Parts: sequence; structure tokens; C-alpha cells
Amino acid sequence: MRLLTHNLLQCHVKGCSTNNYPLRVEATNVVHKEADFNPEFITHMLQKIEWNALRTTASALGVAELPEILPLSMEGQEELLKQIHLVLMETHIMDGKLVCPGCSHEYLVTHGVGNMLLIEDEV
Amino acid sequence: MSRPEQVAPADVYYNEEEAHKYTTNTHIIDVQKRMTERAIELLALPEDSTCFLLDIGCGSGLSGEELSENGHVWVGLDLSPSMLNVALEREVDGDLFLQDMGQGVGFRPGSFDGAISISALQWLCNADQRGHVPHKRLARFFGTLYAALARGARAVFQLYPQTPQQMGMITAAAMKAGFTGGLVVDFPNSTRAKKMFLCLFAGVAAEVPKGLDGTEGEDGQAGPSMPYSRKDRDAHFGKGKGKKAATKSRDWIADKKERRKRQGKDVRPDSAYSGRSRGPKF
Repeated sequence: MRLLTHNLLQCHVKGCSTNNYPLRVEATNVVHKEADFNPEFITHMLQKIEWNALRTTASALGVAELPEILPLSMEGQEELLKQIHLVLMETHIMDGKLVCPGCSHEYLVTHGVGNMLLIEDEV
Repeated sequence: MSRPEQVAPADVYYNEEEAHKYTTNTHIIDVQKRMTERAIELLALPEDSTCFLLDIGCGSGLSGEELSENGHVWVGLDLSPSMLNVALEREVDGDLFLQDMGQGVGFRPGSFDGAISISALQWLCNADQRGHVPHKRLARFFGTLYAALARGARAVFQLYPQTPQQMGMITAAAMKAGFTGGLVVDFPNSTRAKKMFLCLFAGVAAEVPKGLDGTEGEDGQAGPSMPYSRKDRDAHFGKGKGKKAATKSRDWIADKKERRKRQGKDVRPDSAYSGRSRGPKF
């Protein structure tokens, strides 16, 4: 699971609608996989992702230290874009769990596949 | 042949054996690929741009591979662990999740630029477990999907509804969640080539694209898998010139084997004994 996807994921247990994001990563295996650098896509996705959540996750996993505030325009920010690309697209959570900060529900991640199934009374 | 959704729940039906078919059976692969191509076309994404898409019921990642080929980044959801294992073996590019679409799509608002789903939505009409209420599951699915899509994004579902009532139930649930759009039917006059696409728009009212009816010309786009012209049809059913081979004759057997081979079924190899006459019985 890329950190991009993790950044867009929220807890969907019934009744858990506040403080359900970002899911805390308790990873046992994080790997780096090369991916093609596509600045347009990164800029496009930056509108969707939650910067603070990404920053804290990236530093908690020790992938990269991202700046506190995102510059208003990404033009000419090649270095930063590459760094964001490394975090968003090339860092994969392979094994571990994602824990909801609100209801402490644990979503297991095995071989990079997140288990988002809920039991009956959580729907 | 009974429909998969009438046999068992998706996570049970798509076991190792069934999942294996999705990597070996060229007919299944071909059909899935063509339906995905058409679904991407119906998504009407901006040209030459990389989009972030959701594949609902991604299975072994056949549709996802098609998305990757078109340069998109995707996330796939599926309920069957066996199918996801096949997807892992195939090393697909998307991020995979074991998820039941009836439990909702757990993504933040506005995450995706579009969603596709190939032959999956009809599963939602089943109540496979105690506590499953199809219309509630549909409502939750469409509600959360609507939120997870960016404004102006489309969702295209290829589906096989069992009855018109089922289709009505699905469409009503989608409209209730706020989607606009409608049904696109390709090749409505052919029983087998007929494909239904539920084409939904999140937040914008756009015109529903027209279905293909085989008269678009030879541009290679989602060509019909069954003949549609009168002439072709006559030839197919053995009318017009040439008669159909007599039942159980050698030609008939050869035809049948050929046909079944094309369907990807197990066929004994031809030999000198195939369809030979057996001589008079005592």
C-alpha cells in the first residue's frame, strides 16, 4: 500500500466519524519500490492529500522530513516534488497494521493488501 | 449455466480454482479486457493525464492492468482473498484492499478522479449473510462512493443484472445517493455481446453516452463479439448457403470441438478415431 493511498484512507466503522483520520501506521515491513516520476500527477494529487498527515506519517516511518508548510506554487520545486514522489509513490507499507485514532479499530496489512472488512455490528 | 452470484457468496465462489481461471482462460481475460477498455472510454477522463482511479471488484487485477496500461494510478477493492492472491502473484501496480463494497468505501471525500467496476455490482443485490439487507448495502455503497469521488468524476459499472427489478433497485439507490446518469447498453440486439454499463456522474449532470450497436465502423473500438448483420447471422445459424452438418456426423463433431476450443474448454486432441463410424451394432 502506497502512502498516497494510506493518506486517503479513513476509518469507516459505524459511528466513528470524528477523529477517524489519519490511521496510525504500525508497520513491521516498509519497502521502497521504484516508480516513474510524474510531476503533473503529484501536483494533481497534492490537492487531495492532507499535508500534515502525510508529513507526520513520513517522519514516523523515517522516510523523509517534509517541510512544515507546502509552497503555494509547485513550479520550479523539482527537488521537493521528487521528495514527495518518494514518499507518496515509492514507499509501500507491506506488513503491519493501521490503527484508527478514534475507535482504535485495527486494519491489518499483509503483503501490502489492507484488510478493510468490518464485522457485522461495525457496519 | 447458473450465474456465479446464484451459487455462493463472492468470497466463497472465487476460490483458488475459480481465481486460477482468471489467469489462464484467454476467453475470460479477453472479455474482461474489452469491457475495461469500454469502461475507461465511458469514464471520459481528460486526455493524456494520469488519474487516480478506484477499481471496485478488481479481482485478479485484469481490469487494473488495463488501467495501468492507460497510464493511470489505481486502487482495487475485492472481497475474495484468492483473487487478491492471484493479483499479488501477477504483481499488479495498484494498491489492493480486501473489502466488501456493501460495507462502504472507506476513503476520504474527493479522493478519486473516477471509478470503474467490471461485473461486480450485481453481487450487491444478494443477501449472503444474516444481517445483509441489499437495499441498505446498496445505499451505503453508493453513499460512500459518492463522497469518495471528486466533483465531476464518473463511475462506470459493467454489470449483469438478473432482472429488470434488480436494475431498478440499483439505479434507484444510486440516484438517492446523489448520482446522475443512466444505463448504456452496447449491442442491445445480441444476446451474448450485449453489455450493460451503468454510467454515473458525481455532482454534474452530463449527457449519458450512447451505447454501441455495431454500426460505428471498423475503428477497433469494442468490436462486437457476436455477428450482428443479417448475413453474418444467417451464416452463423447455418441458413442461406451451405447446410448445417448432420448431428453426430464427423463434420458436426469437428465443428463442436472447434467451438468448444474457442470457448476455452477442455477438448480432446483430434485423432484418426475422432468421429469415425462405428460399424453396425449387433
